[in-house]
This record gives sequence, structure tokens and C-alpha cells, in this order.
Amino acid sequence: MKLIFEMGAPGRGCDLLAECPTPYTPTNVALREKPLHLPEVSETELSRHYTELAKQAHGVNDGFYPLGSCTMKYNPKINEEAAALPGFTQIHPLQDTPDIQGCLEVISETEQALCAITGMDACTLQPAAGAHGEFTGLLLIKAYHASRGDDARRKIIVPDSAHGTNPASAAMAGFDVVNIVSDAHGCVDLDALKAAVGDDTAGLMLTNPNTVGLFDPNIAEITRIVREAGGLCYYDGANLNAIMGITRPGDMGFDVMHLNLHKTFSTPHGGGGPGSGPVACKAFLADFLPGVRAIPAGDGLAMSRAPHSIGDVRSFYGNFLVVVRALCYILTLGREGIPEAAVGAVLNANYMMHQLKPYYQMAYDHTCMHEFVLTLEQEKRTYNVSALDIAKALLDHGIHPPTMYFPLIVHEALMIEPTETESRETLDEAIQIFIDVRKQSEKAPEDMHQYPLATPVRRLDEVTAARKPVVRYTWE
Amino acid sequence: MGSYIPSTKSERAQMLETIGMQSFDDLYADIPGQLRIRKPLNLPAGRPELEVSRKIASIAEKNTRFSHIFRGAGSYHHYIPAIVRQVTAKEEFVTAYTPYQAEISQGILQSIFEYQTMICELTGMDVSNASVYDGATAAAEAVAMCRDRKRKTVVVSGAVDPNILSVVRTYCFGSGAPLLVLPEKDGHTDLDAWNAMDFRDPACLLIQSPNYYGLIEDGAAIAKAVHAAGAKLIVSCNPISLALLATPAEYGADIAVGEGQPLGLPMGFGGPYLGFMTATKELMRKLPGRIVGQTVDADGRRAFVLTLQAREQHIRREKASSNICSNEALCAMTAAVYLSAMGSTGLKRAAESCMTNAHYLLSELESLGFTRKYADEFFHEFVTVCPCDAAQLAANLAKRGYLSGLPLSEREILWCATEMNSADEIRGLRDAIKEVLA
Amino acid sequence: MNFPNELRYSRSHEWVRIEDGIATIGLTDYAQHELGDLVFVNLPEEGDELTAGEALGDVESVKAVSDVYSPVSGTVTEINEELLDHPEQINEAPYEAWFVKAENITEEEELLDAAAYEAFCEEESKK
Repeated sequence: MKLIFEMGAPGRGCDLLAECPTPYTPTNVALREKPLHLPEVSETELSRHYTELAKQAHGVNDGFYPLGSCTMKYNPKINEEAAALPGFTQIHPLQDTPDIQGCLEVISETEQALCAITGMDACTLQPAAGAHGEFTGLLLIKAYHASRGDDARRKIIVPDSAHGTNPASAAMAGFDVVNIVSDAHGCVDLDALKAAVGDDTAGLMLTNPNTVGLFDPNIAEITRIVREAGGLCYYDGANLNAIMGITRPGDMGFDVMHLNLHKTFSTPHGGGGPGSGPVACKAFLADFLPGVRAIPAGDGLAMSRAPHSIGDVRSFYGNFLVVVRALCYILTLGREGIPEAAVGAVLNANYMMHQLKPYYQMAYDHTCMHEFVLTLEQEKRTYNVSALDIAKALLDHGIHPPTMYFPLIVHEALMIEPTETESRETLDEAIQIFIDVRKQSEKAPEDMHQYPLATPVRRLDEVTAARKPVVRYTWE
Repeated sequence: MGSYIPSTKSERAQMLETIGMQSFDDLYADIPGQLRIRKPLNLPAGRPELEVSRKIASIAEKNTRFSHIFRGAGSYHHYIPAIVRQVTAKEEFVTAYTPYQAEISQGILQSIFEYQTMICELTGMDVSNASVYDGATAAAEAVAMCRDRKRKTVVVSGAVDPNILSVVRTYCFGSGAPLLVLPEKDGHTDLDAWNAMDFRDPACLLIQSPNYYGLIEDGAAIAKAVHAAGAKLIVSCNPISLALLATPAEYGADIAVGEGQPLGLPMGFGGPYLGFMTATKELMRKLPGRIVGQTVDADGRRAFVLTLQAREQHIRREKASSNICSNEALCAMTAAVYLSAMGSTGLKRAAESCMTNAHYLLSELESLGFTRKYADEFFHEFVTVCPCDAAQLAANLAKRGYLSGLPLSEREILWCATEMNSADEIRGLRDAIKEVLA
Repeated sequence: MNFPNELRYSRSHEWVRIEDGIATIGLTDYAQHELGDLVFVNLPEEGDELTAGEALGDVESVKAVSDVYSPVSGTVTEINEELLDHPEQINEAPYEAWFVKAENITEEEELLDAAAYEAFCEEESKK
């Protein structure tokens, strides 16, 4: 389809603002020389262009989206309405405290709810995404060790099954990364962990349930080993959806963690963002939190900065309107709905896993949490049909494929996370499609490399895209 | 209690039976008993939608919505065309994940490619990424791009927004990079201070133009001095100002970043916003975050895909150029729709109105005995020394429905005007101030 | 697959040719085949010190990045800048697409001759 730059005509446009009658002429400053080239399109063209683009996009609203580790649950409409209230959208972040009592209430209520759910004592909403939260949490760990003069703690331990953001965040926070191997069940290898910890351990980063979808039963022992060595334990909240209201990271021995409001708390992903990655921590780390917190003052709320704050990780108070959506979700579900959602997610995942087990090899054949991992290693070897081939075939059936090739410790991995907001029929239909695709890869393996056929475009030449990058449109 | 679980209780019981379990507790057999939550979470009970809707609305009502806004300082009150909100509310965009599956994500990918192109046009730079969290983190990421084994020290102009400086400082605490703040002089970046620095390895200088005080920096002179020291120049710029003012590329910036909020995003109590990041092509592979590239599909059709991914955390892990994963894609799309709707004519009108209204605001304030703190040319913000206590004036204006400029000190206020502030409204503000002063 | 006799090989799949005290280093045919279409290389700078067994740079495919290890310790005298624009040369002619030349060779990893390396690769591909 056409790019917006290939539409319209010179002089065409939308009449949005009046011309400035007597524009001010700036003095003594360099002005733009190169003419500004932006689209010149009518509102009709513009509107249709994006409608066309929308037809070539696929969201949770378009169909089943079992993208492992991303928790693509339904995004409730009430949340969108709440975030669009002018009483939130039209508030300047630097208004005086008496004029932002509502915003501070949102912040305060959300912080308290997240602390209750995680078993932590304090929380900041400033981080704008999960990885941003990881970075923030690691800086808290760094500031804590520094405050004790414990400068030798320079290493962060990360299991080899971790999300790539974990080691990347640790590196950004100035730590050396120590990767440790997982055991045969995809869980932390206790011996490897014991061998890795020492006087130089700043902390451990862990997802639990882990990235293969299993709850690590040794979790209390794991956090004990790290803490006895003088390190702190960081909980990556990517998989919190499986356990919220069932168990709490704060009770498992973790000191600090982030949550992904755009996963667990139903805020939409927006094609890649905005998300929100609040960080919650135990009381002894609260003095290092970034940004400001809402605290009671008189009969209202005021803003307060932590005494030894690491500073700011983003301007103002984070992705506030995303926080509004999450609060709306928490208010809707409440104390009973939160664990019910977790149980629903785990049930749906186990149901799918159970029904697929006769047809696909499970990477770990064990009761899973909110997601599970298939391995196509055998199909790859026998029929030369890869995880990618299966994923691309699913596209033709209107299913967004599972996460591919992750975690790295499973070969030819497909990671499936159905979430709790899918009905039994949707799961049954998807299961049948997965089965059909699997049968087809045995019957006509050669055909499997050509899919998808029914999508707006087919498989792309990614090699040329990377070798000769064209990352913007150029006019003739 | 509200719930978004479609399966009924009996359906769920059947599913449980299908997988051969007796109770929902069996699903959690791996969680040691002592770690299970025994009493209900300390949260209110769930509520039906009507009640939640009322509750949230009542919270929103506790905020004061000003009809007259003369405050900027990092968040700006601009007109948001109707089409912007309509387009960006489309559920296909809102509810999609990152476009990893290109075949069904061309809509998102193309929209980002178009965004990248528009941001390059605006800044004049060669390449843009798909966005980062906000203008401050964009500056912090840009700083990280400039550091290498030989050049480690980060230098920031004292005339940048304190929010940006604070975030850069925090990121430097992480990386361990030495950070030096050049004191400002007359509201500008002090080049003499740069030239007088007694170290040899500056990685970069970060400036903002128009800067925190609204002043337009002498980009060309700064670029020359920075490059003479072998360092890179990072410019944080206001995107709307670029319809009028020289682009960072025109005066030699290596990296241009900024806060994209003015491009169609509401003030929203500070977020979500949009960090845009552009660079010269030499620095393309150091850009953090996602980048969309053009290619062809198996049938030879033009198509778009996430590219240069080996820079990113999911592949390079601890050696990645940044840890960023989620970005602000929907905000980037918002900016692209805004820029398409405005076109160059509309954006120029907005910029001219900002500058004209701000200068008119200044003249009206001067007529009341306010004086300018800094003499030089500004875009749409400026600092005055007030004939009265700044905070008290702000509080009194608030009572009259005016959000004044931001008090910077006992006597100083940072004012802002945009295309939203008509001459009539400015005269209204003048009269209100007159009342307060009397 | 090609295993030229005149070269020596590391177990991390680099080839090296040492002539007149200058080591020329590249990636083997086996390596490029395993890595698939390469899209970018990161090279060291002239004057950089190499340490045997440590990464001298890396190569990127679309979905992966792999370190390239130096089989020798020495000083980089020259880098093959053409690879920066044409990484496909590594796939097309791995033994011509050298990465770096180094001098002042002080240390060498234990290197294999062509026959031993070929046998090593055979073992590897069975894994």
C-alpha cells in the first residue's frame, strides 16, 4: 500500500489553525533553511490511510494472541474511558499540590494496591516500562550497597533462561553479569547458584514463575542463598499474572521488583508501548526510590522525595494515564478478582497444554503456570519444519503466533500464554488449529516453508533489510 | 466483583476435570504451602463497572482543570486535532503488541516507518528510532551512545531542563560515567566554560534549544567548539520550534532528541509522552531501541520489518546498546498523525503563533512592571522577574482560573504561550494580574 | 565445505595465516555456514591489542550475534573495512574475507591444521 508521503498533492491539507495575522520576526537566531517536508493530505485521505493501516494490524481485539511472556489479555474499555477523562488528560504535571489531589490519589491508591499484591512496602510509578523498572530496581540495589560502603558487590547473577532485558539492565546499571545455568527442569540450579554467590554478589534477578512457565519450588532456598551471601533479590514481575493473589514476591524473599501494568494489569500494549513498569521494594530500600511519592498531609495528599533518592528515571511521574487504567482494573477486580484472574490464566494454560500434549513435545512436561513451552526440535530434525514454520502457518488461521525461540535454553521453542480472558471455545478452536498445523507438517513438510499465504504480505527479506538499511522514506 | 473471564464457573470446573485435577489448588502444587496467601489481599472488594466509573470520575474531579494555561517547562498545552484522537483510538493499534510478526503487523510497522521519516524531516537528521520513553530518557540514552573506551566524561549544559539533567544524572550513576554540568551564563550554555575545561576526554555535550529558559542557543558556535574537542553534540529540541528555527542537523548536531509531547499528546499529568531520537547515519547502529526498515516480501512487494535487531537486548543481552524493549509506539503514531494533519503549513502556523503569542505575553507583562531576566531571543518560553512574590502570584491567579507560568524562585517565573493562548486571553491574564497586584 | 591446507584453525572457528610475523584472521567456511546470512560485523580499531582466546569483534545475523575470538595475542595493524559495507563477503568467500591483520604476535592459541579442524567440525555437527 501507499505511504502517506505518496498521497495527497502540494497545497492540500487540513485547515486546523488560523494563520498568525502578524507573525513575530525573530532576531539574531538561525532559522530553518531546508524546507520542511511533511505530508500534504486532506483529512479524508489521512483518515482512510490509517483505517487501511489498521486493517493490516492485529491486536487482542482481532483474535487470539497467545504470545508467551507478554500476557496479551483483553484491554477493558472502561479503562480507556477513565484515562480519557479531561480531569486527567488536561492536568499539567507542574500544577500546585492543591490542584492535583485527584492525580495524587490515583498514585497513592495504585502504590498501595501494588504493595498489597506484591508483599512489598513501598512503590514508585515513575518507570515507563518493564525494562525501565529493572534498571530502576538495580539502581536501588546499587545505592543500597553503596550506602553501606560495600563497594565490592559488582555482580548480578542472572539465569540463562532470563529475558534479555535482565542482563542488559544489569549492564546499564554498571554491574557485571554472571550467567548461571538452569537445571533439567528449567529452574535455578542450586549448586550453580551456590558456586556463583560471594562477597562480590550485588544481587540475583529472577522471574518466578520462570520463563519456561514453571514455579520454582526452591524459591525460598534460592533467595536465602543470595541473601546469606549479602546480595539482594530482584523479582522480574513479567509473569506475575500467574500468581497474583496466590503468593507474593515479598513473601518469597525478594527485596525489590517491577510490575508490568501493560501485562498483568490489562493496560493495552499500543503496538509496542506505552507501558508502565512500577518498582516495589521492601522498606529498607524505600529511602532510595526515585521521583516523588504521594504521602498524606492534612486532609489531603502531598508529594515527597525519598531522602536518599537515586534521582529520577523519567520526567515527572511516569506514564500516568497508563496508571489510571491499571487502577481502574484493580478497582474492578478487587481482592477476589485478582486471584481469580490468576487461577483463570493458569487453568487456561494447563488446559491448552493438556490438549496439545498428544501432538507436540512439551519442553517441560509438568503442571505449568500461566504459560508453557513447546519444542519443535524433533519436527525440525525429522521434517525440517521449524518453530518459525509452525508460527507462520498459524498466521493464516488468524492466530497471533506464540513467542518464538524463547527462552534460549529450549531449542525451537514456541511459548504459549493464552491468558484468562479467552473463552473455552476460543481455546478449543486454537487447539484444533495447532493440531491441524502439526499434522500438516508431517504430511506436507515442504509446504510449511511457504506460509503465510493469506496475510497482507508474505515472509520478508530480513537479511537485505539489515544489510542495506532503509529506515526512512526519501523523496525523489 | 468485575471480571473479564469469559468461562463460567461450570465451564472452568469441566476444564479442571479434563486436565485431571480435583481442585484449583492442584494447579499451584509447586508453590510451597508457607508461601501461599492465607488471608484475602488488603484491597477493596471488586466492583461493577458503574461504580468504578463513578469512583474514577470522582477522583478526576478532585483535580483543577485550568481553562487558561501559561505554564510549560517540559509539558505543553497545544491544540490536538480531532482526527488524532480518533485514529489513535483504533483498537487494532491500541491492542497490538510489538510488531514482531511482520506479516500481520504491516499497519504498525508502516506507521513507525512514516513516523521515523517525519522526525528525520523535522530534525534534519539521517535516522530515527521508533521512540523511547520521553524526552529526558531520550537525552540519557543519547549520552550513552557517545561514550566509548576512550571518551567517558559526559558534559551537560546548565541551561537544560532540570528534569532532563536529573534523569541523565541517574543514568550516569548507573553507568559510572563522570558527569559535569557547565554552569549557565545569562541563561545560555556557557561556551567559555566548555573551552576552559581542563580534561581531555569529553564524550559529549548535551544542550537544549530552545533551552529551559526558552532561549535559543547558538547551535553553530557550540557545535564547532564541541567538535574541536573531539566530542559529540547532543541537542534536545522542541519539535514544534523546528518548523521555524534552524534544525540540529543544520548546525551540526550528532544526535538530536526531544520530548514529542507537543505533537498531539495531552499533558496528562506527565505521561505517557514520547522520546524521539535521531542521529547521523554514522551513529545509526548505536541508536537504542527498535528501528523499522523497508524491505520486500517473498512476492517482491514493499514491506516493513523491525531491523538492525542485533543491537537490542533480546539478542545482545548484556552487550546491548540499551535495555529498552517496550517503547512509546502508540505515542509515536500519535505524533505521525498530528504531523500529517498539520502538514508543514499547519506546523509553521503553530510555531509562529507560539512565538508571536509568547512575545505578546512578554510585552503585556512588561507593561505591568515585570522585567525579563535574560535578554536574548526566545521561542515560546521566557523568564521574568516579578514585581511581587512569584508563588503568591501563581496561587492568586489559580483562584481566578489561570495557570500562571512556573515560579522558579521567590521572584522569578518561567512563562509559556502557545497557539492556544489568544491575544484576548493574554489580555485577560494581564487584567487578572493587575487585580492581584492591586 | 572448504578447509584450505595452508591455514590453521581455532576451535571457535576462526582461521589464521601467519606470514612474516603478520597474522591474518577470519571466520571459517563452517562458521559462516552455521551462522547463516551475516548482516554486519563489528571490528576492532587499528592499534588495539588482541588477546588470544578473547573476542576481537562480532558478527551479526538477523536474529543472533556471535563473538569472533582472536587466535593470537598481538597488535592490530589493519582492519578490513570493506566488510563493514559488505558483510555478505564472509558468506560468499570466507577465506578471502579477512577481518584483521595483527603484528607483534606474542601468543598463539593451540591451533589445528586443516585435517584436524575438519574432523573437529564433523564432531561438532553431530551434536
